[in-house]
Amino acid sequence: MQYRMTKLIGKKLITLIMTLFLVSVAAFLAFQIIPGDVVNAILGTEATPEREAKLREELGLNDPPVVRYLHWIGGVLHGDLGRSYRYSKSMNEMLPVAELIGDKLPVTLWLAALAVFFIVVVSIPLGVFWAQGKSHFLDAFLNVLTQSVMAVPSFFLGILVTYLFGMVLKWFQPGGYVSYQKDFAGFLKYLVFPAISVAIPKIAMTARFLRNSMLTEKTSDYVRTAKSKGCTDRQVMYGHVLRNAMMPVVTFLGMIIAEIVAGSIVVEQVFGLPGVGRLLISSISNRDFPVVEILILYITAVVIVVYFLVDLLYRVIDPRIREM
Amino acid sequence: MKRRISVYFMTALLLMTALGGCAGGTQKPSEDKSSLESTVAENSQAVQSSQETKADGTGEAGYGGKVVVGIQQDMDSLDPHKATAAGTKEILFNIFEGLVKPDPDGNLINAVASDYSISEDGLTYTFTLREGVKFHNGNNVTAEDVKYSLERASGLLDGTALISSLSAAKGGITKVDILNDNTVQVSVSSANLELIYSFTAAIIPAGSGEDPEAQPVGTGPFSFVSYKPQESIVLKKNPDYWQQGLPYLDEVDFKIVNSADTALLELQGGSIDIYPYLTDSQATELQGKMDVLSAPSNVVQALFLNNADPVLKDVKVRQAICYALDRDSVNDFVFGGNAAVVSCAMLPTMQSYYEDLNSVYGTSGNAEKAKELLAEAGYPDGIDFTIQVPSNYEVHMETAEVVADQLNAANIHTTVVPVEWETWLSDVYNGRKYQGTISGITTDMTPGYLLNRFQTESSKNFVNYANAKYDETYAKAAASLDLTEKAGYYKELQKLMAEDAGTAFLSVPPITVAIKPELEGYTFYPVYVQDMSVVKYK
Amino acid sequence: MGKLQRIMKKLHNKSPYFWIGLFMSSVAVVWAVLGFFWTPCSTTAMSAAERFQAPSWGHLFGTDNFGRDIFSRVMKGASTTVLVGLLVVLFSGGFGVLIGALTGYFGGILDELVMRFVDAVNGFPSILLALVMISVLGSGRHNLILSLGIVFTPSFIRIVRSEFIRLRDADYISRARLMGVKKIRILFVHILPNILSTFSVSVMIGFNNAILAESGMSYLGIGVLPPDASLGNMLSDAQGYLMRAPWYAMAPGLTIVWIVLGFSLLSEGIRRNAGEVRGL
Repeated sequence: MQYRMTKLIGKKLITLIMTLFLVSVAAFLAFQIIPGDVVNAILGTEATPEREAKLREELGLNDPPVVRYLHWIGGVLHGDLGRSYRYSKSMNEMLPVAELIGDKLPVTLWLAALAVFFIVVVSIPLGVFWAQGKSHFLDAFLNVLTQSVMAVPSFFLGILVTYLFGMVLKWFQPGGYVSYQKDFAGFLKYLVFPAISVAIPKIAMTARFLRNSMLTEKTSDYVRTAKSKGCTDRQVMYGHVLRNAMMPVVTFLGMIIAEIVAGSIVVEQVFGLPGVGRLLISSISNRDFPVVEILILYITAVVIVVYFLVDLLYRVIDPRIREM
Repeated sequence: MKRRISVYFMTALLLMTALGGCAGGTQKPSEDKSSLESTVAENSQAVQSSQETKADGTGEAGYGGKVVVGIQQDMDSLDPHKATAAGTKEILFNIFEGLVKPDPDGNLINAVASDYSISEDGLTYTFTLREGVKFHNGNNVTAEDVKYSLERASGLLDGTALISSLSAAKGGITKVDILNDNTVQVSVSSANLELIYSFTAAIIPAGSGEDPEAQPVGTGPFSFVSYKPQESIVLKKNPDYWQQGLPYLDEVDFKIVNSADTALLELQGGSIDIYPYLTDSQATELQGKMDVLSAPSNVVQALFLNNADPVLKDVKVRQAICYALDRDSVNDFVFGGNAAVVSCAMLPTMQSYYEDLNSVYGTSGNAEKAKELLAEAGYPDGIDFTIQVPSNYEVHMETAEVVADQLNAANIHTTVVPVEWETWLSDVYNGRKYQGTISGITTDMTPGYLLNRFQTESSKNFVNYANAKYDETYAKAAASLDLTEKAGYYKELQKLMAEDAGTAFLSVPPITVAIKPELEGYTFYPVYVQDMSVVKYK
Repeated sequence: MGKLQRIMKKLHNKSPYFWIGLFMSSVAVVWAVLGFFWTPCSTTAMSAAERFQAPSWGHLFGTDNFGRDIFSRVMKGASTTVLVGLLVVLFSGGFGVLIGALTGYFGGILDELVMRFVDAVNGFPSILLALVMISVLGSGRHNLILSLGIVFTPSFIRIVRSEFIRLRDADYISRARLMGVKKIRILFVHILPNILSTFSVSVMIGFNNAILAESGMSYLGIGVLPPDASLGNMLSDAQGYLMRAPWYAMAPGLTIVWIVLGFSLLSEGIRRNAGEVRGL
């Protein structure tokens, strides 16, 4: 058992490294193809041939692509993630990528944490309540409601939230983001509404998912057995059905978490949050390759690790899977 | 010797989102003003005068406080010599100063230098340093610092000129000598009336340009505190500033806003106090809630035409395009009628150099004449025409929408292709692969800079305009040491360009600033800066 | 248990979802198709005098910052958006069927490779992937369709493949094989028609996702760019005028909701008719 687990983790780790490597090569290649040159992007219309040449030299752009890639990956393996082409740290030094991303990451992570909190707190009771199938009308109502919510694009939802809570009710200040280093409470307060915008459609999805999963469980044999043994509906519901129905929901939540942590690009844009999603967009358009490459690797790693954790959790909860 | 005025001081071309203010004329601001300017300038003068009345009263109320200014572009560098983006220079203006610096009227005033003289032949500049000017690190500015800064900017230090107009090859600095502790003599390679503007180049502590740890240290009214990419740059008051009584504010935060749209929300919500790049419809929306001030910018917006394009090579086709444009309605739609329609690469506010050529093609559109010319050129059914527009500049995008509509009416079947800024730079501006493009060119204080780029061989001649007479006239203008003569040549250049329809100029857009009503003193400059030292709370 | 199933059964027979969804999506499609050929007002004609007019009989959805009729522009935008969605689904659905059928039916090394790839792509947030692709290809309508098409293909492959795996061992297929029916014929004549209901549901979901992705990217300024009207870029323009002209944002926003809701109700109806209870 112990051995099998270690072996599994080892196997997954190799997959992770392989995937990261392939993704880094793909991203590097993509950057060779993207039109627009970083030197042009930096110097703008004031470029002179000599400054261009100097900058190219400084950024090491004169080396052949393979050399540049090896150089870069060598640095990464030594823990040096490189420096941004675009953002300065001081008068003469560019900002290290690790520092830049490290600064933006908490914004995205806290947004994700708040959003996931809202999702779990609302969707699970809602799903359970819904699965009880109290009335036909309620069922249809919830069905249409969740369908409608899921039909709202995230940015439109963001705009609606901004309009309603920010401009009409004035519960928060649109664009009034406060840095977490300055005022943590203010920072969290500002994140509440973006988090709600992220959460709302996911709440609808999760609730639907849970409800369907519970309905499937309800019709299974063990429920009948439990009932015939004299368990009350309540006991059956919470003791058996919910626990089993939660399994696919955990996977589903895992996917959602991976998606939010990877960067809620659109919501960050709508609410002006300086998170990794927005950093990715601007870095792509600035042709800031070192930043883009690391961000893409980060997102890939997050996705793979979260999926793996979900997988692991599954095995812990449900012994049957271990045999497979 | 072949001379080219290529004055560095002007920033990147066409940072429309980063328009520079322009309240006065360049050389003789007191002369009669164009009608547009006088209407808008009243605003700025009112602001200025209120500032003047209180400016010298130290200890009076109005000191202290913090202001948040919304900006649209992130910093491209913290190094004043390396920075090229207009959006960066407008901020660094508060931190760094040159030997001389521009004032709100478009004149140069002494800054780190207290006096300077130029030799008869125009080849030697002697600067006397101001007593007691301190860097933000507390050290006095020495002749060594000045020598270092000028050598660094002009490329004498390591062979790469950071400010090209100061490089010896372009008529700039060949040698910097320290005569004594407070006198520096600069030799330049050719006489040029406009070179003095380049001495606005920042003075920085000797050696700081190579020190990897160095934070921006200058002599300006504010000192650098911190910079967070995509968020903000924070400045604080320089208590030792050499101009008595300035600055008023204790802290200035330049906050990088997400987009023009969110800026509006932030202004209304109070998380930013000043926002300098309002569009016309935004300004209308803020009217009454904020002080909205406006002045002509230093940008000439145009539908640039690629003269080397197989179809546009024909002067008649280019003229047809010029006739087809209804520039008055572009002005109405995009700028609410507040822009100044022009037909040449010159700012109307530079009165002694500006030639009003609006009558050449008219300003209200003449589709019939355009069709006629197209037919003469051999295109009775019209032509297909593609306009590439940098999509991040909303003003240009909006203009393109309006212009396409007008051109279509004249059988110029127009497709608008939005491109990313970086693609625009490499393909359109540097690669010159395009038919037409809408953007703007800017100048800060020297009129020559706007005309310089249209010389046949200029590296900035992205419209591929080629006219031997133009080149000849430009060379004469550059060599001239007499202002009136120079102005005459400049006017001739504008005429030549207009006759050839080298490019379809549109207008000089206004710059519109929203300011929280509690603040006063905001001042427009003819250069691209946000001078926060004169802003204060009422 | 009986009660619930009776309700379900009732729904199977009638499924109001189907009818409501059919109604909403037909209205959307007719509206969008109409927008291709005709709009009540010009979508480009500007009028300084008519800026920011509130909805009225003359301008059903009001006017925008250029005084253009929002109703007409939303119509035009909806046609662009629906067209993009349609082409994306055609592209990804087409390739999905082709690749999914082959790998599902034949299995083997190729199947293994394709599935690895599909898993990798599926794990990635689709908008991010599309974003990276669009940077490589350049923005604009055609590239947007291509990128979204590529991004959405793997999910179709997965669905089609699993259906083919399910059916390849069915009795009637084994019998067909024994009778010497050609493989191509088995794949596309015998199996394909039997997965149509599942496939049509995923096509509709894919269509909705394509519409949401298109509008999201156009909102970010990397999808359909002006002067092409699309619901996403209209919304991004409108955001700045929320206070002054809330209808400007509501019109394209609610249109997207209408289209997407229509198709998801329709797909729910079809699913219920087919008697499947599924996650989403």
